[in-house]
Amino acid sequence: MQTLLSLQDRSLGWGDHMVLPNLSISVSQGERIAVLGRSGVGKSTLLSALAAQQDGPRIALVPQDHGLVGSLSVFHNVWMGRLDDFGTARNLATLIWPRATQRAQVDAVLDRVGLTGLGRRPVAELSGGQRQRVALARALLRGGQIVLADEPVSAVDPAQGADLLRGIADRFETAIVVLHDAALARQFATRIIGLQAGGVAIDAAPDAISDADLAELYG
Amino acid sequence: MKARHALAGFAVVTLIAILLSDMTARRPDPWLTLAAMGRGIITPDFSDFTGLATATGLTLAFAFCGVGLGATVGLILAPIYARVRVLCVSVRAVHELFWALLLLNITGISPITGVLAIALPYSGIFAKVFAEYLEEADPAAEAALPRGLPATIRLIWVRIPQCLPQMQTYTLYRLECGLRSSAVLGFVGLPTLGFELESTFRQGLYGEATAVLLIFLALILPMRRWVIWRLVPFYLLASIMALSLFKSPPMGAGALMRFLNDIIPAPIRTGADWSSWLDKVFVQQAWPGAMDTLVLSQIALAGAALLAAIAFPAIVPRVAGRVGAVIGHGVLVVLRSIPEYMLAFVFVQILGASMLPAILALALHNGAIIAHLAGRQATGVDLRPDAPRGLTLWAWELFPRMSGTFWALCLYRWEIILRESAIMGLLGIATLGFYIQTGVQELRLDRVIALLLVSILLTFIIDQISRSLRRRMQLGGALRVEATRGRS
Repeated sequence: MQTLLSLQDRSLGWGDHMVLPNLSISVSQGERIAVLGRSGVGKSTLLSALAAQQDGPRIALVPQDHGLVGSLSVFHNVWMGRLDDFGTARNLATLIWPRATQRAQVDAVLDRVGLTGLGRRPVAELSGGQRQRVALARALLRGGQIVLADEPVSAVDPAQGADLLRGIADRFETAIVVLHDAALARQFATRIIGLQAGGVAIDAAPDAISDADLAELYG
Repeated sequence: MKARHALAGFAVVTLIAILLSDMTARRPDPWLTLAAMGRGIITPDFSDFTGLATATGLTLAFAFCGVGLGATVGLILAPIYARVRVLCVSVRAVHELFWALLLLNITGISPITGVLAIALPYSGIFAKVFAEYLEEADPAAEAALPRGLPATIRLIWVRIPQCLPQMQTYTLYRLECGLRSSAVLGFVGLPTLGFELESTFRQGLYGEATAVLLIFLALILPMRRWVIWRLVPFYLLASIMALSLFKSPPMGAGALMRFLNDIIPAPIRTGADWSSWLDKVFVQQAWPGAMDTLVLSQIALAGAALLAAIAFPAIVPRVAGRVGAVIGHGVLVVLRSIPEYMLAFVFVQILGASMLPAILALALHNGAIIAHLAGRQATGVDLRPDAPRGLTLWAWELFPRMSGTFWALCLYRWEIILRESAIMGLLGIATLGFYIQTGVQELRLDRVIALLLVSILLTFIIDQISRSLRRRMQLGGALRVEATRGRS
C-alpha cells in the first residue's frame, strides 16, 4: 500500500508547550484511522501537522472549530471546499451569483448530512449540530484522497454520528478521524491510534485492542 | 502614572486655559435674541417648501455619496493599511470643512466638492477601522480553506464576509456622522440644510430656522429605522441622480493649475522676502491661532468631561428610574445628533463671537457622546442583587468602576475636540480656522496650506499625548473606542 502522509521523528506542540516529542507516524492508502485520547493530549496538533504537509495528496479538512463564516449562506460555506479548483474570476462570480449546477452539487452533499433545503440559510442562524454538519458537507463536496476530521460528529446523537461516519467512509478511501466515542471508533476504523501524555500508547487494529486498553487511555 | 496625578495636571492646565481665554458675552442683550428665538421655536415655519425640500434632498445625497465613496475606498485600503497608514492619518486629520474650503478653489460650489470633502477624511477613518476588523477576524475559517488560494480570494470569500456585520454597523454609524458633516458643509456655501440654517438665522427668521433644525432631527434621529440595507443601492442611485441634476456655477478654466500654483509659498513663486512671509504666517497667524485652539479645546474637554460625569447615570435605569432613563436618553440623543458647529453657530447668534459659545457647544455635544458611551457600558455592569439605587449607586459603584473607561473616553474625544476647535474659527473665534478662512478669502492659499499643516501637526501631537496617557494610566480596556462605535 502506498504511504499518503507521514511524519518522521517530529516534535509537535503549540507555542513553547511540547505535547508530542519525537513522533513518527505514517498513513497508508485505504486506512481508516480513529484517533483517541484525553483532551489536551495532542490529537488536534497531530491532525494540523499532517494537514500542513506541502505538495501532498488532496486533503479535505473538518476542523474542530468548523471554520465557517457566519454571515455567508450554507451554500457558500460548503462551496469553499472547492475554491482551489477554479480561478479567481470564477470564484468571484460564484460568490455573487452561484449557478444552478453548483447549487445542485451542494444540495446533494447537504442531503447526505441531513441538511436538506438549508442551502440559502445564513450559517449564523444554525444550531451547533447543524454547523458541524455544514463543515462536514464542505469536506464531502471537496473530496480528495484523504480526509482529516477533528471530532466531526461530537454535536450529533450516536445514531446520526454513525451514519455520518459511514458517509465519510463512502466518500474517502482514506480517513483520519479524531473521536471520543470508543464504540463509534470500533465501528468505523480499520486502525486505532491512542494518544497518551507524550506519545502514541496504542496503534493497532480494533480487533487487537481490548476495551480495558481503551479505558486506560482516559484513566 | 496614577490617574490622580493625571487629573491634577489636567485641572492645572484647564485653569491656565481659563485665565488665557476670552469668554465675554459680546451681545449687549442676549435676552432680546433669546426671546425672538423662543417665539420662532414655538412657531416653526415650513412655508418655503421647495427650498427646504431641495436642501434636505441634497443633504442626504451628499451624505450618501460621500460616505459610500469613503467606505469603498476604505475597504480597498484596509487590507494594505500598514502601507498607507500615514496617508490615511493625514487625510483624516483635516476636517471636512477645511477640505471643502480647499476644494472650493478647484471644483467650486459643485457636487464633487461636497462629496470629496466628506469622502476624503472618511476613507482614512474607514480604512483604519476596517483594517482593525480584518485583523481581528477569527483565523479558523481561513485555516479551513484549501491551501494555496490567492490572497484576494481568501480576503473576499472569507475575511470580508466574516467582518461584514461589524462593517455594516460601523458604516451606519458613519452615515449618521456623514449627515452631520453634510449639513455643516452648508456653512461654507454648499446648498445643504446648514446653508438654509445660516441664511434664515442671519435674517432673523427664527421660525424658518426652527423648521430647518426640526427637519434635520427628523432625518437623523430615526436613521437606524429608515436606513435598510436592501434599500441602500436605491438611496445611492437617487443621491447620484439628485447631485447630477444640481446646477453648479461654472469654474473658470485651469482652476486646478491655478490652485497648484497658488499653494506654492509666495517667496518661491514671486521672489518675495522669506522672513516677512514666515513672520506673517507663523508668528502672526499660526502661533496665536494654535494657542487659541489649544485653550478652547482644553476648556471644552474639561466641560465635556464634567457634563458627562454628571449626565451618564441619567440613562442608567437603576440610577434615574425607568422614566428618567428614557428622558435622559432623549436629551443626550438630541445633543449628540446636532453637529457641534451648528450648536456653536446658534450660540454665537445669542452671545456674540467669543470662546464662550464655542466652549458651550463643544462641551454639550461631546459631553453627550461620552455620557452615552459610558452610560451604555454602565447599564451593562453586573451588579449584586442588593446593590444600592439612585445617586448612591452612581457614587459608590458605577463611577468607581467606570472611571477607567470614562477617562479613556475623554482622552479619545480630545483629538476630535481639537479638530473641532480649529474649525470654530470659521465663526469668527480666533482659532486656526479663522486664519485659514481669512487666507482663503484673500486667495493666499500658500498660507492656508501652511496653517493646515500646523493644525495637522497639532492633531498628531495631541493624539500622541492622548495615546501615551492612556498607556501610562493603563486604560487599555477601552482603547478601541472608534471601532465599537455604532454598536448599541
